[in-house]
Amino acid sequence: MAETPTSFAKASPSRWLIVTIPYLWLVLFFAAPFFIIFKISLSDTAIAMPPYEPVFEGFASLGDFLSKLDFENYQSLWGDSLYLSAYLSSLRIAAISTLLLLMIGYPMALAMARAPSTIRPTLMMMVILPFWTSFLIRVYAWIGILKPEGLLTAALHAVGLMAPDQQVEIYRTDYAVFIGIVYSYLPFMVLPLYSALEKLDGTLLEAASDLGCPPWKAFWKITFPLSLPGVIAGSMICFIPITGEFVIPDLLGGPETLMIGRTLWVEFFGNRDWPLASAVAVVLLLALVVPIVIFQNQQQKVR
Amino acid sequence: MKTPMLQMFTVAALALAATTASAKDREVHVYNWSDYIDPTILEDFTKETGIKVVYDVFDDNSLLETKLLAGGSGYDVVVPTGPFLQRQIKAGVYAKLDKSKLTNISNMWPDVMDRLAKYDKGNEHAVNYMWGTTGIGYNVAKIKAVLGDVPIDSWDVIFKPENAAKLKACGLNILDAPDETFAIALNYLKKNPDSKDVADIRAAGEVYSKIRPYARSINSAAYINDLANGDICITIGWSGDILQAKKRATEAKNGVEIKYVIPKEGTYMWFDNLAIPADAKNVAEAHEFINYLMRPEVIAKASNFVQYANGNLASQKFVDKDVLDNPSVYPTKEVMGRLFTISPYEGKSQKEVTSVWTKFKNGR
Repeated sequence: MAETPTSFAKASPSRWLIVTIPYLWLVLFFAAPFFIIFKISLSDTAIAMPPYEPVFEGFASLGDFLSKLDFENYQSLWGDSLYLSAYLSSLRIAAISTLLLLMIGYPMALAMARAPSTIRPTLMMMVILPFWTSFLIRVYAWIGILKPEGLLTAALHAVGLMAPDQQVEIYRTDYAVFIGIVYSYLPFMVLPLYSALEKLDGTLLEAASDLGCPPWKAFWKITFPLSLPGVIAGSMICFIPITGEFVIPDLLGGPETLMIGRTLWVEFFGNRDWPLASAVAVVLLLALVVPIVIFQNQQQKVR
Repeated sequence: MKTPMLQMFTVAALALAATTASAKDREVHVYNWSDYIDPTILEDFTKETGIKVVYDVFDDNSLLETKLLAGGSGYDVVVPTGPFLQRQIKAGVYAKLDKSKLTNISNMWPDVMDRLAKYDKGNEHAVNYMWGTTGIGYNVAKIKAVLGDVPIDSWDVIFKPENAAKLKACGLNILDAPDETFAIALNYLKKNPDSKDVADIRAAGEVYSKIRPYARSINSAAYINDLANGDICITIGWSGDILQAKKRATEAKNGVEIKYVIPKEGTYMWFDNLAIPADAKNVAEAHEFINYLMRPEVIAKASNFVQYANGNLASQKFVDKDVLDNPSVYPTKEVMGRLFTISPYEGKSQKEVTSVWTKFKNGR
């Protein structure tokens, strides 16, 4: 290790710049918005523009401003079981979806990694291709497929798997939400898995086979443990945004599909309660950030 | 929002707006409900005045309200419904209309103006665009199949759990507009529809939670197509929306026959109104646009297209006979007497309504 912290401190200004930019980015696009939301979460609703008070009006009245802030909204989050069950339901839907994504994405990624190198770019292209159509349109397409008078019903009628007087009842249920989420997030699961599996040293498997290890055992002893970083990366990339997902449950889900993104929407739009909506958002962020940080620390210790 | 920094920005923005406005392309930014105008009206307006219309749509009063309350929405003409208008006026969202520029205002319907004054004292901030009722829309054949040959003329069809249970098979939609649905349920329970009493709100919520297991969907926009396609068979809905579903089904020739009824217990009467946000940049163009919409033949064209009654009395001789004579659109005097309006929910009552409605939607 030639680089020590002291030599880094003496480094050239351009180096400092490179290090500062990501932090500046974080402050500007994460810390500052978060602080604003946190501030709103401590205020009260009002019939005004913007619909909460107090509004920060300069440093002269800072004391007065601060004295009006309180944690009332966080208390009402605890007071109503709706929020807790919305958080839990979101985590449940995200966990099940991530598991489904792994079960579908892993074989796909493995097949891609084991495919002859000449067709790999084509396979890669096929995974990325759906991104060329708007996400919203692809979710809408699922409505056309899953709705009672939709394509799936028509197809099942045509092949005789369903009686003509019956219709599929998937649209506006949790099943439709799972279908939509798994479909939309699949590339985000496959790509990290593929990049982990592609790097895998094939000679390890040959050695295992020479020493009499059956293929399924070799998979669990060698392939899967070595692909673990890809599994974790893919799961994180999917799990976190799915927890806060709004569009898919709103378009495909039924009225009883309880997700925190929708609860937040109702507080913000239906109830005009920006302070409470902000409190919901802050708690959601903490609920996701804390386990991630703990997990990362754990990972570093392992290394 | 009174920091010096923001004021500087506002001045800069105004200066910028002034320079762009002096250029030849004049614009008006309109934010209206979806499926709510004959698009040729906008083209004609641009042809006549040279003002370009930037037209954007919403399907929920809360969307409009949130944009307006956040400030800087960028819209010059918006179309809020009565109680929302009243609350937004209180929040300081709107500019007063310059009546000297609205020369066509004499065409308006005094009765509608009076009812609208309940929300906007002295009609200072808004003029009516369309008005209508919230009733029951249904697929004639499918309802006959599940309920038999009974007259559909009462809220009992949806609110009686034993009836709702039968509707489950063919698809029941509840309108996602708690302000109105609570008033309708209170009226059904023979209570004051405008009650802000917590016990009353809970009683109204009970009406809906009892039929919750039988509802296929709860929305305020998708139901138009769902009804036209046969994906749902009955809905609580807005008069014109259901007549549009009827029109779409007829055009698609899919054999779906749709009807709209105002139940005999009476129902909610609503007003959608044209107003100008206080921070609108194209105020002159906004007035020109509103004045254009108050021309009898123009607003009649809109009514013929969207199947809603308008608040313009002089326009009635230009409205198609089948629209004007349709009691679902222009109710008879006797039915008008059974229509009610409500004042906005605020503070505690609003929280109660949203909480009860959210629980109802989530089926809890």
